[in-house]
Amino acid sequence: MTDPDDAVARRLDANAAAGPLAELFTVDLTVAMATCAGCGNTAPLAAHPLYAHAPALVIRCPKCAAVVLRYASGGGRLRLDLRGARLLTVTLDGAAAHGLSPVQ
Amino acid sequence: MSFVSRGFTGRRRAVPAGRLPPGQYDVGDGFPVLSAGPTPYTSLDRWDFRVRGQVDEERRWSWAEFQKLPRESVVVDVHCVTSWSKLDTRWEGVSVDTLLADVVTAAEFVVAFSDGGYTTNLPLADVTDGQAWVVDNYDGRPLAPEHGGPARLLVPHLYLWKSAKWVRGLELTVEDEPGFWESFGYHNYGDPWREQRYAGD
Ligand SMILES: [Zn+2]
Repeated sequence: MTDPDDAVARRLDANAAAGPLAELFTVDLTVAMATCAGCGNTAPLAAHPLYAHAPALVIRCPKCAAVVLRYASGGGRLRLDLRGARLLTVTLDGAAAHGLSPVQ
Repeated sequence: MSFVSRGFTGRRRAVPAGRLPPGQYDVGDGFPVLSAGPTPYTSLDRWDFRVRGQVDEERRWSWAEFQKLPRESVVVDVHCVTSWSKLDTRWEGVSVDTLLADVVTAAEFVVAFSDGGYTTNLPLADVTDGQAWVVDNYDGRPLAPEHGGPARLLVPHLYLWKSAKWVRGLELTVEDEPGFWESFGYHNYGDPWREQRYAGD
């Protein structure tokens, strides 16, 4: 506790997000529940229509057909667009899930 | 030795020098269907084409009115950002010059908009002067829905994502507004000869 300024202490370098983000990107996102930013419909990502024959993977809302997620790798970059997803919920396994039971 | 590789090398036709932009291959007789969403099937009695946005007066053509506009035939090479090219494709339709004739505008950009919500942005200067068409016929037949029918934009000097399928109109804009792929890291202009696939290329 050498830092007297709480606000500064609470502001972490973004490197600190590497661990949590690595978790996000190693889970199987297809088991996630996705909530459409357009119509609010929530469904397993795996139950969303996927258009793979395009310059990117395009995942659409099963209810309103709006784009929920776009993902591509090309030109030496990975790109993920989640504007169309209001929320992604991934249920964790085992001990990590303690106290985080999914809302049904 | 005669059995080695026989029958395979002969299928690939020679592409004349200078016809393929960098990083592209000739897809030959095939015509791949790329789609980022469900194919809309808009009935012709509900179809119209609009010119709107930064214009003195909005223009609208019903399908029947569109069919009466002066038509042009073009034979062009098309280049998809996913690296296939198709040479000598035959299209028929209406020049964008015809659709924008007499339009008074201060716009320098257009956004082509389509059934299904697809959009793509282009400089106005790239869809005028005989560089772009709204086509409803491919290879002598009505344009099939999977290739963008009843009508699509055709801007052959740019990557094919700029040639919006299922196009329903052009919105003229003063500011450049990135479209569906442009807002996802694809190049804003998309010149295949400069291999402008991604932003920053
Ligand atoms: Zn939705």
